[in-house]
Amino acid sequence: MAMTIHVDIVSAETEIFSGVAESLSAPAIMGEVGIYPRHTQMLTPLKPGEVRIVKQGGEEEAIYVSGGVMEVQPHVVTILSDTAVRASDLDEAAALEAKREAEEALKDREGEMELAEAQSQLAQAVAQLRTIEAMRKKLRR
Amino acid sequence: MASGKEIRTKIKSIQNTQKITRAMEMVAASKMRKAQDRMAASRPYADKMRNVIHHLAFAHPEYKHPYLLERPEVNRVGYIIVSSDRGLCGGLNNNMFREVMKDMQAWKAKGVESSVCTIGSKAASFFKRFTDIKAKVTQLGDTPSVSDLIGTVKVMLDAYDAGEVDRIYLVFNEFVNTMSQKPQIEQLLPAMPAEEDKKELGYHWDYIYEPDAKAVLDGLLVRYIESLVYQGVVENSACEMAARMVAMKAASDNAGDLIDDLALAYNKARQAAITQELSEIVAGAAAV
Repeated sequence: MAMTIHVDIVSAETEIFSGVAESLSAPAIMGEVGIYPRHTQMLTPLKPGEVRIVKQGGEEEAIYVSGGVMEVQPHVVTILSDTAVRASDLDEAAALEAKREAEEALKDREGEMELAEAQSQLAQAVAQLRTIEAMRKKLRR
Repeated sequence: MASGKEIRTKIKSIQNTQKITRAMEMVAASKMRKAQDRMAASRPYADKMRNVIHHLAFAHPEYKHPYLLERPEVNRVGYIIVSSDRGLCGGLNNNMFREVMKDMQAWKAKGVESSVCTIGSKAASFFKRFTDIKAKVTQLGDTPSVSDLIGTVKVMLDAYDAGEVDRIYLVFNEFVNTMSQKPQIEQLLPAMPAEEDKKELGYHWDYIYEPDAKAVLDGLLVRYIESLVYQGVVENSACEMAARMVAMKAASDNAGDLIDDLALAYNKARQAAITQELSEIVAGAAAV
């Protein structure tokens, strides 16, 4: 019987594949790599592409990953697949967006403060008016 | 005593409120189940990721990534605070905020300031009163995705890289069970391998890194942090739904009690009115 290797493919949001395989090939960042059992330890990022797994008995399965990281241990291969499309400039844009939102909220704070202040002043004014009204009624009697 | 009509309108309005709270309870219950599923679905990734990081902590003789090294001096700490977007979920958010404030005060006593990134609008509106928020993301909806979080996490990591913060904590609610949720403050960076994992793998070995150690580790550790934050977000959303369900159940029960009390008052008022009318008629008849 052929030697096998355990393969786990997971993404942050769900588990994609878990099982034993005779071999697999993956789109590593430096080029396609083939992994057989007892491969030495390796750690590499993946490009978007197909992971092809030869399962026990020779049946093949292809899984698309949009990038990620692959860890190879002699008997276990773990592929941590990305769910999001990653690129450094895209990440940068996301970071800027988050910052901008925070700054906008800070600007809003002043607006809100003014609103709160105005509301409390209004409440005070209303209370004063009410007292004056009450006093007038008393005087009339 | 209030008149019959007044009490009747009051009962009506409480009944309407009860209808709403009951509907919210049921919605929260079904959303909670889905959130729990998501929590379970994201666990394998986090587990695998943790394995890899642990392997890494031993494997590595030549290059130590800054995320894995403890800094000797802590001048400023960063918090990534995960909260819900909406209210009506009991004391869930406020309990957590109180914990965070306590923690911040403890750091402040040592002369350490804190910076905050928030996820969810409740945290954003709470913490903007006390500190400046470095980044925030809101309106994640019921199905948060990792891509929504990348920006916020990157802002914090950039601050860490630049030496602006020396430690990063993640704050979220841990889902214990439906009835109880516990605020958690977890250290994200520097990433420490758990003590109990230190014994395995005694011999020396190292990975082959393609293209090189730094590039691989940078990508990996950023993903590690993101996956932890994502887990926190998913877990927090399960907590939110559970807390809302419990709060709404309590509200529906209270509304039921109120309605019972008011119904009693209404019947009493009605009876008193009838008695009075009768006695008036009898008195009138006697006078004739």
